[in-house]
Amino acid sequence: MIKILDILILIFMPFIMIGIIKKTKAFWGGRKGVRLFQPLYDVLRLLKKEAVYSETTSWVFKTAPVIGFSAILFAGLLVPMINGKAIMNIPFGFIIFSYILGFGKFFSLIGAMDTGSSFEGMGASREACFSTIVEPAFFIFMGSVVALTNNNSFANFKMILENAGIYGYLIIALAVITLFIMLLIEGCRVPVDDPTTHLELTMIHEVMILDNSGVDLGLITWGAGIKMFLFEALIAALIIPAGLPVWLAITAFLAIICLLSIIIGTIESSIARFRMTHVFEFIFIMSITALIILTLVTYRIYGN
Amino acid sequence: MNWIKLKNNTKIDALSIPAITIDELREDVRNMKLRPIGFFGKQEFENIRLYITLADDKEGMIYVSSMLFAPDIKSYDSLTKDFPQFHNFEREFYEEFGIEPKNHPWLKPLRKNQDEYPFFAMQGEDVHEVAVGPIHAGVIEPGHFRFMCQGEKVYDLEIMLGYQHRGAEALMLNPNNRLAESICGDTVIGYNMAYSQVMEALSDIKISQRAEIIRRIALEMERIAIHIGDMGAIAGDMAYLMGASVFGTTRTLVINTMLEICGSRFGRGLIDVGGVNFDITPELSDKIKSVLDDVIKIVDRTAKVMLKKPSCISRMEKTGVVSMETALQLGAVGMAARSSGVNLDSRFDFKDKWYKKCPLEKEIKENGDVYSRFNLRYREVKQSAEFINDLLEKLKENNDGIKVQTNNDLTPNSFAISITEGWRGEVVHTAITGVSGELIRYKIKDPSFNNWYMLAMAVRNNGISDFPLCNKSFNLSYCGNDL
Repeated sequence: MIKILDILILIFMPFIMIGIIKKTKAFWGGRKGVRLFQPLYDVLRLLKKEAVYSETTSWVFKTAPVIGFSAILFAGLLVPMINGKAIMNIPFGFIIFSYILGFGKFFSLIGAMDTGSSFEGMGASREACFSTIVEPAFFIFMGSVVALTNNNSFANFKMILENAGIYGYLIIALAVITLFIMLLIEGCRVPVDDPTTHLELTMIHEVMILDNSGVDLGLITWGAGIKMFLFEALIAALIIPAGLPVWLAITAFLAIICLLSIIIGTIESSIARFRMTHVFEFIFIMSITALIILTLVTYRIYGN
Repeated sequence: MNWIKLKNNTKIDALSIPAITIDELREDVRNMKLRPIGFFGKQEFENIRLYITLADDKEGMIYVSSMLFAPDIKSYDSLTKDFPQFHNFEREFYEEFGIEPKNHPWLKPLRKNQDEYPFFAMQGEDVHEVAVGPIHAGVIEPGHFRFMCQGEKVYDLEIMLGYQHRGAEALMLNPNNRLAESICGDTVIGYNMAYSQVMEALSDIKISQRAEIIRRIALEMERIAIHIGDMGAIAGDMAYLMGASVFGTTRTLVINTMLEICGSRFGRGLIDVGGVNFDITPELSDKIKSVLDDVIKIVDRTAKVMLKKPSCISRMEKTGVVSMETALQLGAVGMAARSSGVNLDSRFDFKDKWYKKCPLEKEIKENGDVYSRFNLRYREVKQSAEFINDLLEKLKENNDGIKVQTNNDLTPNSFAISITEGWRGEVVHTAITGVSGELIRYKIKDPSFNNWYMLAMAVRNNGISDFPLCNKSFNLSYCGNDL
């Protein structure tokens, strides 16, 4: 029963999340904004449309959106959802999570390169560049938590407090920062990327999908939403304490997702996007917080 | 006497313009240290006469001379290698009349023959080229940009324009105000004013004081509206949502006030030869004042936040820097030149009496980056609002009608020139009449004509992702350049 709810949330919550971000941005901009469910209608409309392919593209370009979407969906099965359990609980699920996302990203990169457009090549190089910084940080952070809790699934998030003692809250706070910056990078949000810009030369994610249309574009948009939602779900899993009654866990989960969306929307409304060269300074914060977690855990295990 | 001196908005006898040789011209340009504002040819029987107009910004005078090319002379020794600010002018002259400036370092097509454009090429390990346009993603005009990059860094940018070439100068031989204000759609008042002043000079019309004031109010309103719009666009390009939406709505307040003055948000139909078509009543005058007060309050608040916000500063500062030396070499004009520290503003250089009593100094900000162009816009908006308040006061004392009777009799064999400081910079219109008073040459120089190359210099060694921001901070006109 909970698992069915999990799957429904995995599929539909990303649209609500994007809708809330858009509403928040509209609120700060003094506009009425689009309907909350507009992102859902957009994707439904795109899914009904036929995709148009340029003559220069090969099968790589045509399969990339499907592979990318399936990879993200599969990664979604490994992430703890409403009551802190993943739909599929696999040992060392976080390694599969990271690399299945990497697999999907690899295909979207070569799909972009396949068009032969200089824009898309540029976007692919930027996206690959940022991802290479995310991955080590993710494993430093996850490896630390595994070492601390002796548990190799995402469920170990709930055991941080009991294992880390007084450092628990600090580790959770740092982990939230780490995951939040990952969310901004992987979700292509301000200040790393600007999802609403029309300027191809400044885009990262958006420029890679310039040539995609119809059902392909729909899948990519949907997939991007789910990916962002997965990181929000991870943050929620970190924050919600273990042992809550199911109804309270669900409410807390949804509340945190909405709150994070509002925070993202507010950030996008209140600061400018960083210059491309300064983005690295920003995303290295994530690496640093991950390293601090590692230090704290090492001290906790081997200290004294 | 190699040169004839004249004031802004006046005419001289075209037959009295002396003819000099290229060596004399080179010597004179070197000695007089003036910048070119006109360098254009005219067919004169079988000969081609090249008119050269130089601006003396310190004295507020214009110097005119000419060179005569017999049919068998097809080249001359280029001025560009000594005075780079002639580079565009010589290319234009070559393109129109086929007289080649020898040893010109950059003799590429300017408006025509884009198919044969000889692009620079760059070779190396991680060198790549990015071609943008002519059709862009946004709703802007067509132009082709080719970036030569090393990774994310732009090594050089080549800008190829000409897609908007409509033959505006030829059309202007049968001119009217509606045509003049349509040449460059974002400088409606500036173009229309320059055209009207040229025509009034040619036909000896003295327009009323009230009309002159109303024209200047409109000119400053245009400056305010476009500057605020550009500030919003700069904020939008940085993904600073607050700036983009606040400036966007504020600009609407200004152009809607223009709508109340003349029935067009961009001021179309306001100015005619002989005066203006719409008066500003005392009630309207109060309305303008109160709207501008609100606008300045909002702009002040938002611009100050942006100029202090670290994320905005990090994006704008040291982005797209054009040094003062480069700007001077390229002959940059207007707002973009001022933000590089070049002291040029034709409203003050050519002593416009309606501006002289204003206590403000010329607005100069000297870093030449996107930040200073943003900051200069902000300060010019405030300055223009003060001018308008001042002009509205003067409007009360001058009740001498808004329009005088005109006939279309232009003085024969005359040469007239008008420089108007549009929001982007000086708009120069030059007209020459023939023996029976008909127009035989109409020459337009938009500030973009000087400044496009500045943009190419600005993006050198910047990240390619900073190009849109640099571009927006200049906001140059394609149709003003292509004509």
